[in-house]
Amino acid sequence: MLAHQIGYYSLILGFFFSILIIPVSIKNFSNKNKVINNKVFSISFFQFFFVLVSFSGLILSFVNSDFGNETVFNNSHTTKPLLYKISGTWGNHEGSLLLWLLVLTLFIFIFLIKSNSQPKKYRILTLLFQQVIIIGFFLFLLKTSNPFNYFFPVPKEGLGLNPILQDPALAIHPPILYLGYVGSSIIFSSSLAAVVEKHISNVWAKHIKFWIFVSWIFLTFGIMLGSIWAYYELGWGGFWFWDPVENVSLMPWFCLTALLHCILVLEKKSMLSSWTIILSIATFMLSMSGTFLVRSGILNSVHTFANDPERGIFILIFLFILILFSLVIFFVFHKENDQKIVKINWLSKEASILFNNWFLMYFLSVVLIGTVYPIFLEVLSSKKISVGPPFYYKLIIPFLIPFLFFMSIGPNLNWIKSEIKKIKIQIVLSFAVSLLISFVILNQIGFVGLINSILILVTFYLFFITIKDFFLKKFKNYSQIFSHFGFSLLILSILFNSILSSEKIINLKVGEEFSFREETIIFESIESIKNKNYKSIVGNFKIKDKQNNFLQLKPELRIYNQPVMITSEADIKTTLYYDKFLVMNLVKDYEYFNVRYQVKPFMIWIWISTVILVIGGFLSLFQRSYEK
Amino acid sequence: MKNKIILSVLVLFFTFCFIVLYKGLNNSNIYVPETKIEKTLIKFNSTDLYSENKISSDQIFVGSEYYVLNIWASWCVPCRAEHPKLIKLSENKSIKLIGLNYRDNPKNAKKFINEFGDPYFMIIKDNQGIISVDLGAIGVPETFIIDKDKKIIKRFLGSLTEKSLNEINLITK
Repeated sequence: MLAHQIGYYSLILGFFFSILIIPVSIKNFSNKNKVINNKVFSISFFQFFFVLVSFSGLILSFVNSDFGNETVFNNSHTTKPLLYKISGTWGNHEGSLLLWLLVLTLFIFIFLIKSNSQPKKYRILTLLFQQVIIIGFFLFLLKTSNPFNYFFPVPKEGLGLNPILQDPALAIHPPILYLGYVGSSIIFSSSLAAVVEKHISNVWAKHIKFWIFVSWIFLTFGIMLGSIWAYYELGWGGFWFWDPVENVSLMPWFCLTALLHCILVLEKKSMLSSWTIILSIATFMLSMSGTFLVRSGILNSVHTFANDPERGIFILIFLFILILFSLVIFFVFHKENDQKIVKINWLSKEASILFNNWFLMYFLSVVLIGTVYPIFLEVLSSKKISVGPPFYYKLIIPFLIPFLFFMSIGPNLNWIKSEIKKIKIQIVLSFAVSLLISFVILNQIGFVGLINSILILVTFYLFFITIKDFFLKKFKNYSQIFSHFGFSLLILSILFNSILSSEKIINLKVGEEFSFREETIIFESIESIKNKNYKSIVGNFKIKDKQNNFLQLKPELRIYNQPVMITSEADIKTTLYYDKFLVMNLVKDYEYFNVRYQVKPFMIWIWISTVILVIGGFLSLFQRSYEK
Repeated sequence: MKNKIILSVLVLFFTFCFIVLYKGLNNSNIYVPETKIEKTLIKFNSTDLYSENKISSDQIFVGSEYYVLNIWASWCVPCRAEHPKLIKLSENKSIKLIGLNYRDNPKNAKKFINEFGDPYFMIIKDNQGIISVDLGAIGVPETFIIDKDKKIIKRFLGSLTEKSLNEINLITK
């Protein structure tokens, strides 16, 4: 009760400070001082502080199960474990928006402190643009999704949280993803401010690079956590379903990855400034559209259960105001310096970055069209369709080939211009090695189609080239080597995983067995176990292989009380070479069970390679400058 | 000049997107699982909230063209908002409105009815929540429309709205 009150009033106080910043910083903008007034810092700090207090108030309400609070009532229950009571805070609409706001106010405060080498006017302008976003979110929160609605009499029990969401990976997935999304808002405001102040230069690039990399790291990591959750919890045996809610996080990632390469060109060669600005704007707009699509209920997905159209309209209007606002700023203030237009030689580092940016934009548009096309179609012709994985495979996979190729040779080219004659023998040798290796592998596993074969070849090429760079290159850019290596490993694991996976689905009674390839799977018994907030039925399975080695797998069915819901927990045995995945479902009467058994090679390498990719990004934060 | 053309094309494009998305919001998709629709009502036994008499589903669903089964509870906040709609619905004479009181304390349930009015023809208890689960209900409130052959012909998740009232009246005309 107390925590609730404190939370509510500090949210209002925070809103007050976010308005107060505007006149104070405008006054500071026009005076002759070269530094930002301390007042601005302290108001920005208070803004963050009060949102933090408010957020803690909400967490406390969740921990104490204060069901007078509507958000707590709708999303919590006394029998839930503490960890999930806490993660319930951001597992719902109102709480997750408060978390957005918290990160927004934190990041702008850090930005103010960290940017003191930059011109004052540029910093204040960034702050002002950022405040527009922050105030927008405050209004949205207070008007349509107040997390502190109280009602009386206080109910004794809450409505519980979707049990599918009770998972450790999912408990931290949204906050990490939000750090990425919100980081892109700083990039957005600062690039607009830099356009207005004509500050787009290599100095600016050097300074904003930090934010780009930080957002990219969090976004990549957040997407990975979401995918791990889908694999372990949803029990469908896949890790990426091209579900609209997943696509929505992938779209800003394409943009941000392209931006990250542009900013390097801008820093070294003062080129691609328009690209940089447009990508900065687009990344944040895509993050916002993501929020809109997920939160408004416009998408037909299980994630969007019962929604309030008023919320959707608010975000939609806010989003389009921001888009128009940034378009106008871009077209009015941005003048590309005509004298400085340099012809880009096709055989240079910047050219391959540019090529791959186009490819990334192509991938982005494929995913964007696949996601929004059903909405447009429904409005314009009231037909309902959904775009499935084959659409994405067909349009993305072939174009990965040139993409991976440029990724391999690009880092080995010089800036400005390379001579064909001077291309090192090692690069050709790596190609020969990958040709040989992929030939041997394809011989082993059989023909997998022309495109897949070429894709395996170029991915191996990238793989060997990055290994060669790691050991032989003179000026090593560890960040680039690690992330490109991680990416090649990721594509290789995904490819072999999808080509070599095998599965069997069968209905079984206790005591029966079936054979699959060279293994026998025996369904020995079931037992039921009572837990705090659910009852579970555990199946005991034994898997016997050719050498008579035994492996125990125990898939589980959970029957939750609040709300009543049955989920199946797969049992997965992971080794470095493959995952064995077993999941069961009730057929009826508890007599027959539907059992699905899958062997999925190299599954763990998908996560390992993504971690390497992230480490690559992380290394760049410590890398001063790598080559001339 | 060139810039101005690009800008206006972009603005037009985004305006178009805005209009489409805005319209898309209005035919908002509330996700309704397809199962259980057009299915025959399960048989169950329950007790009457007031008389405490045991009663079976065969005794409840007799003598009317249509039945509306509404799952509610006194602790359920959306049910309070829904209640006036139910009162309005009870004016429709071609239906029998049956309340299924979900996991509730009978005292609170009676107090709730005293306070907000009684739209129901009959209120039956679902203390354990088993009937609701067997019906395939997902949350409270939830409403089923059942015809005289005991087929579930429509279900509404969440509170009834003005729109769903019209729909019910149309079906049961």
